[in-house]
Amino acid sequence: MAYNARHHILSVLVENKAGVLTRVAALFSRRAFNIVSLAVSPTEDERFSRMTIVVDADASPLEQIVKQLNKLIPVIKISEIAHSEGVEREMMLLTLKAGSETRSQVTELSSIFDAKIIDVGYEAMTMMVVGEPDKLDAFSDLVRPFGILEMQRTGRIAMPKLARQPVKLRAVRAARG
Amino acid sequence: MKPTGKITGAQALIRSLEMEGVEVMFGLPGGAILPVYDPLIDSSIRHILVRHEQGAGHMASGYAHATGRPGVAMVTSGPAATNIVTPLADAYLDSVPMVVITGQVPYAAIGTDAFQECDTVGITMPVTKHNWLVTDARDIPTIIREAFHVATTGRPGPVLVDFPKDVATQMMDWYWPDGVDMPGYKPTTKGHPKQVKDAARLIVAAQRPVIYAGGGILKARAADALKTFAELTGIPVVTTLMARGAFPDKHELCLGMPGMHGNYTAITALQQSDLLITLGARFDDRVTGKVGAFAPDAKIIHVDIDPAEQGKVRRPDVPIVGDCKQVIEELIKATKAEISKHAAANISEWKATIQQWQLDFPLYYEQEEGGTLKPQFVIEKLRENTPDDCILASGVGQHQMWASQHWQFNYPYTWINSGGLGTMGYSVPAAIGAKVGRPDRMVWAVDGDGCFQMTAQELVTAAAERIPVKIAILNNAYLGMVRQWQELFYEERYSEVYLSPDLPDYVKWAEAMGCVGMRCDNADDVVATIEKANAINDRPVVIDFRTDYREKVYPMVAAGTSNDDVILHPALNEKSR
Repeated sequence: MAYNARHHILSVLVENKAGVLTRVAALFSRRAFNIVSLAVSPTEDERFSRMTIVVDADASPLEQIVKQLNKLIPVIKISEIAHSEGVEREMMLLTLKAGSETRSQVTELSSIFDAKIIDVGYEAMTMMVVGEPDKLDAFSDLVRPFGILEMQRTGRIAMPKLARQPVKLRAVRAARG
Repeated sequence: MKPTGKITGAQALIRSLEMEGVEVMFGLPGGAILPVYDPLIDSSIRHILVRHEQGAGHMASGYAHATGRPGVAMVTSGPAATNIVTPLADAYLDSVPMVVITGQVPYAAIGTDAFQECDTVGITMPVTKHNWLVTDARDIPTIIREAFHVATTGRPGPVLVDFPKDVATQMMDWYWPDGVDMPGYKPTTKGHPKQVKDAARLIVAAQRPVIYAGGGILKARAADALKTFAELTGIPVVTTLMARGAFPDKHELCLGMPGMHGNYTAITALQQSDLLITLGARFDDRVTGKVGAFAPDAKIIHVDIDPAEQGKVRRPDVPIVGDCKQVIEELIKATKAEISKHAAANISEWKATIQQWQLDFPLYYEQEEGGTLKPQFVIEKLRENTPDDCILASGVGQHQMWASQHWQFNYPYTWINSGGLGTMGYSVPAAIGAKVGRPDRMVWAVDGDGCFQMTAQELVTAAAERIPVKIAILNNAYLGMVRQWQELFYEERYSEVYLSPDLPDYVKWAEAMGCVGMRCDNADDVVATIEKANAINDRPVVIDFRTDYREKVYPMVAAGTSNDDVILHPALNEKSR
């Protein structure tokens, strides 16, 4: 899943209540919007959960998606994290064919990609890769010739990039209000 | 007003409804909701026992339309819940405030495919503004408070509370919350001052402005504000199907209904306008026709309380999110301020053009003497022989369009119909609900023979409860609107649209349901028949008007075509050539 201009990352803060995921998912299907990936987890505040939804849409339908999502009562806040203004990570688990003759090549590629080998069998290995979606794509492409037996990806999670202004500048800005 | 002590969940539910000021509810009991029907006996709330749950939903909707208060319906689980899905979807599309309570199997049995179990919350999620499954009796007052709050504020809409049987028997300590705490629900009501100012500037500068008034005017109780605004600016007003009555038809600035079966002037005024002042309307496909060709030269001011309507169909130049009444009042102030700075553009030429259209392209039909009864004639005579504030309900189809076209609406909340969902069978129960809410008003329903057969059984309810509604069936023995489309667009290949004029026998059917049944098949008897019906006040009346099946609804903008291509009544077409 390489960078795609139609993909938008929505970070959605919702009330941590039964059925919220259904409401969000149902809204997407009812309004005929496409979800590329979806990750849900509790936040630092147990009353809320965060959904990171990657949506496949042009800018104008995206505005509709956001507005319709906002109408859902358990939805508290929606922010779009632009590709350039966020940090994104995704995790992939991958089981590869890796008999004795290819095992060392697979291990070598794994170490280039910082992939962790988390399970080893006689004819296969399972590894974990964490990184930006592009990196995961690249890794799965490179190991495909060995034979991918099974693959799972978590879908992206993302956070806004932190502002990195010098302390002095920050103080000046704050003083100006 | 804060009684305390342990009571059952069922008692808490009824008490919560009383606290919300509910006077009437429409419903039908059954297994899972049984515990709630017991404390209802001791309640001040009037319960109207319907014959089918769909009736309960549409009655609640008619009640809400006529009174502005939320309509309340209560039914049991399973099939009862699925039967009320249509009214929910209907109310959702027309933004009608409704609170529906459904019974549910005991909480512990949910998910086991228990008797009369269905996933009511899941099924109704896409057709409600919000819904709740009660899992603990202690939550009941909070949830009911929230339910009424959500149904009636912001863009109104239906909500549903699913009520498991064991929650109804669980004991709880009564309380009544002071307010609601819903962090994810905070509708904007006040328009953004800068946007209002920008709008006022456009309004004053426009050469060919039109006010495009939608159902939001009625929901926001903004009819008076609209009148003040229109008279201040002298700008003509079109009222959509959902807004009929929001601006008086007899007013010189009123152009009537636009859209697929609107009149030529309303359609063309929108189409040739340079500024649409859109108030509580949503650019529905039945109004715009082909969207890309709709009002191509018009700038758009769009006032709507629902932010999602802004830019959904047509991108506005000035979007204003807010309550229609508040925003119109703000617009009045801002426009006055703008006019005081420099005079408004002269729109007299525009208005003269519009007046000429009105003269050249009126609504047209012809009742030949001794000829077959025309449906439009029946509606005109009905209008002439009923009080000015008579409430009119309708079903869906040709009769609905004729009613909207030929009835003169001079008061808000006198027109009740299913606009968005187009629910056939709406009129009989909706008229009953309206009459329950406004017993002081005369309530007529204009119905089609196809529609009538879908929900007529609710006249049994009306007869039993002594709710004297009056139903005029425009019986043309066809599913008329479908027939019209087959005639015009399917080379007169009529497929499954014939119903028969006398199967069923509507007069006998009416009598069997405890109503007075009458029949009228010629123009000379129409007025006398209406007068006879008007004199009956102790039971419902049904009149079987035998009308001309060949009559079609004109003007018409065919689906998917531009509003520039209005098809006029053939007779008018010849005149204009």
